[in-house]
Amino acid sequence: MILIVAEYAGGKLAKSTLEMVTAARESGREGPVTVLVLGQGTAEIANAAAAVADQVLVADLPALATYNAELWAAAAAQIAQEGEAHTVIIGGSRSGREYAPRVAVKLDAPYLEDAIHLASTGTALQAQRYTYLARVTETVEAEGPVVVVSVKPGAFAPAAPLAAAGEQYDVELDLPAARVEVTGRSVEKTSRVALTEADVIVTGGRGVGNPENFSLYVEGLADRLGAGVGATRAVVDAGWRPYAEQVGQTGKTVQPKAYVALGVSGAVQHLSGMGKSRYIVAINKDAEAPIFKVADYGIVGDVNQIVPALIEAARK
Amino acid sequence: MKILTLVRQVPDAEARVKINAGSVDLEGTTLVIDGMDEYGVEEALRLREGGGGVEEIVALAVGPKRVEDALRTALAMGVDRAIHIETGELLDPIALSRIVAQVAQAEGAGLILVGGQEADWDSQALGAATAERLGWPQLTWTNELQLEGDRLTGRHDVDDGNESFRASLPAVVTTQQGLNEPRYPTLPNIMKAKRKELRKDDLATYGVQPTVRVVNAEIQTRARLNRMIDGKDPQAAAEQLLDLLRNEAKVLA
Ligand SMILES: Cc1cc2nc3c(=O)[nH]c(=O)nc-3n(C[C@H](O)[C@H](O)[C@H](O)COP(=O)(O)OP(=O)(O)OC[C@H]3O[C@@H](n4cnc5c(N)ncnc54)[C@H](O)[C@@H]3O)c2cc1C
Repeated sequence: MILIVAEYAGGKLAKSTLEMVTAARESGREGPVTVLVLGQGTAEIANAAAAVADQVLVADLPALATYNAELWAAAAAQIAQEGEAHTVIIGGSRSGREYAPRVAVKLDAPYLEDAIHLASTGTALQAQRYTYLARVTETVEAEGPVVVVSVKPGAFAPAAPLAAAGEQYDVELDLPAARVEVTGRSVEKTSRVALTEADVIVTGGRGVGNPENFSLYVEGLADRLGAGVGATRAVVDAGWRPYAEQVGQTGKTVQPKAYVALGVSGAVQHLSGMGKSRYIVAINKDAEAPIFKVADYGIVGDVNQIVPALIEAARK
Repeated sequence: MKILTLVRQVPDAEARVKINAGSVDLEGTTLVIDGMDEYGVEEALRLREGGGGVEEIVALAVGPKRVEDALRTALAMGVDRAIHIETGELLDPIALSRIVAQVAQAEGAGLILVGGQEADWDSQALGAATAERLGWPQLTWTNELQLEGDRLTGRHDVDDGNESFRASLPAVVTTQQGLNEPRYPTLPNIMKAKRKELRKDDLATYGVQPTVRVVNAEIQTRARLNRMIDGKDPQAAAEQLLDLLRNEAKVLA
């Protein structure tokens, strides 16, 4: 079987889980597509997963109420072993890429990380992935009785519901004690679309000028377009915006249909996080800014003039 | 307590990456110590300077001869000695973690510091895989760290924000921007580093095979339209851009 560990947020199945189901079906690996739901109070999530999967395994336990790398790894590895999974698929979120390697080591399995494409060739599973700050696309392959894969968010189309919902089963787990104690949490909440789920992203760089302009221009335009808000590291380091909005090597990787960069220079570390966007729009007053090299549509101009006009025009 | 800090050598971010016969060719490319690992080296030094009871800091690198340069940088920053496992073999993070775990055990390390994501293989797996091999907990994407006795406290990024944490040594910590500002090696320290121990070790003694094969590598740059819109008249430019996004690209409703 192919085992997928569900990702969810705010009590809802995440789009990434639907993407993992597509990855499983496109991988050429055989057997039922099984989704494992780890957590507490997950009935709604399990139901949503059942709509796209052949079967759903539910571990609804107080110990799993909050994500913990060691517990998630133990749970996924146990179920993979008991269910004789030959493929384990985990989300390429920050947490997914944090516990997936532990699952691989537990199962003595190879690990294909952050895959954007999967295919079977003979006995091997092949994956495409980006390397060298996303400047290179590598094809890697591994074989074994079981292979662990993490899947890059946004790389696969979300799976559509099946005609009949998959069966749900409760599973037992033997979990270790959590050793990392969380003493505080700060959730960077935004009323906007999550960056990794957004079709359109408006990102502001240092060229936007100051935090007030960022609200006015970047948030203003994002609201008009129903878009997510991104920021460069320069802006985050300056304290204008939370780290959760940072796009790039050390921030989030995004792949929206349209990425609108306002006052962003286009440094390689930033490009590595957004360079795969379908369409890139750049507004920058410097015609030589590197961002224009990767732009589909570019306007050389001052954000103070162009963006208010854009917000105004988008109103129509 | 001994700290093991892992070092990779990667192309400078501004360097051009070349492909030759289906694989990345680093010949002639400017190579540097990975910025993410540099935060780890710096943090080890700061934990010692902060009186965290750090007896020794050892840097470890696995790779070809040239990787010595990255280890020399770590030595010049202030680590006490270095271990270089010299090999031209491409080892994936899961395979590499087997070596790191063995070195950590042989050295009796209590804390391993490693970059959160390496800039060559764009992987976040080494820290976690090493932690699992050792049976240790891990803290990833750490941007604040304190050490008191064997108590670690700090803050790290998670999917939807950040968390403060508490854990006990031994542990693996992965490092990232914001944790510190790495120091530049001074000339006297660069000179001193030349006399520090840089031990060579043989890959064969670790019994490690790659678990992932690289089949092909290519540079795929998406062809961009590069269509420039005249910005002199902001209103006209705005309308034209929206029109293109709606009717040509069809990405806006
Ligand atoms: C290890 C490492 C990791 C990194 N990770 C990331 C990362 O994850 N994400 C990231 O973004 N960066 C990252 N960086 C930093 C990166 O190298 C750049 O410094 C950063 O992206 C620059 O941000 P910026 O474009 O906002 O600012 P700047 O480089 O200052 O560019 C501002 C731009 O705005 C333009 N401008 C100025 N005024 C106006 C105006 N009125 N109207 C229009 N345009 C204007 C300027 O022409 C310029 O092009 C990383 C760096 C390192 C070393």
